[in-house]
Amino acid sequence: MTHWAIELPVTPDDRRLARLAALAIGLTLAEAAIPSPIPGVKPGLANIVILLVLLQDGWRAAAWVSGLRVLAAGLLLGTLFAPGFWLSAAGACASLLILAVAHHLPKRLFGPVSLSVLAAFGHVGGQLALASLWLLPAAAILTLLPLFAAAALVFGAANGVIVARLHLANAPIVQGSPQ
Amino acid sequence: MGMLRAGDVGVLLAGGVGVVALTLWAWSGEHGDTAVIRAAGQIVQTIPLTRDQSVAVDGPLGTTRIEIAPGRARVAADPSPRQLCVKQGWLTLSGQAALCLPNQVSLEIRGRTPAYDTLGY
Repeated sequence: MTHWAIELPVTPDDRRLARLAALAIGLTLAEAAIPSPIPGVKPGLANIVILLVLLQDGWRAAAWVSGLRVLAAGLLLGTLFAPGFWLSAAGACASLLILAVAHHLPKRLFGPVSLSVLAAFGHVGGQLALASLWLLPAAAILTLLPLFAAAALVFGAANGVIVARLHLANAPIVQGSPQ
Repeated sequence: MGMLRAGDVGVLLAGGVGVVALTLWAWSGEHGDTAVIRAAGQIVQTIPLTRDQSVAVDGPLGTTRIEIAPGRARVAADPSPRQLCVKQGWLTLSGQAALCLPNQVSLEIRGRTPAYDTLGY
């Protein structure tokens, strides 16, 4: 008898990241249902999960969760490889790059709120940079820029406070791995 | 460690100042989307400010080179003696113009709504 089933070794860490990614995907889907006057202005609730992962498991894990979220949300929302997907991917990449640097800032001075605000600016910056190179004339982007930046500041700060509270409380969503 | 640390306040303040500065900058005057190039009073080219390109226009003194970029345009080189239109640098707002009078070439930026009905030089 030959066994055709391919077994991929799965570590508890993999399961944990998958669970966190699922949480981020859920938040992205829930958020997609919220109507928004300007496409692209969103609370970015999935960033709460990504920042918690960053604080607890480091940058690599956060990049995994973020990548899985963008890909799976694209699949589930039916925008995979559509312009919206690439904008989202560009935002996530820019945000992760900023976090890679910001995460080395002295922890005593810069807490989750700083990380969240910087990540939110990264998201907006990455999206608008791609949009201006590819989709919209630069003049149109320029007009929208202040709205996106203001939204990033407000939502980034709000998410940051949520992250700080969850992190201080050692929220069970990012703890251990109950099977 | 509290929820809001010293650096966080700094980041929030810097972000707030940044957003205000961005708003003032982006919403002051209408940004143009088209470059109108004239030689000897006649429109020779109308180019949307969408991608990088360079345009050469001939006048009585020689060739004026105009550079177009996303959202802006400038006179990059001109044979006129005082180089006034070159020194003006990048033009972004609707209604702005660079005039290379000796060479009779002009570059004007236009937006969706013209800033002026007409301009007499």
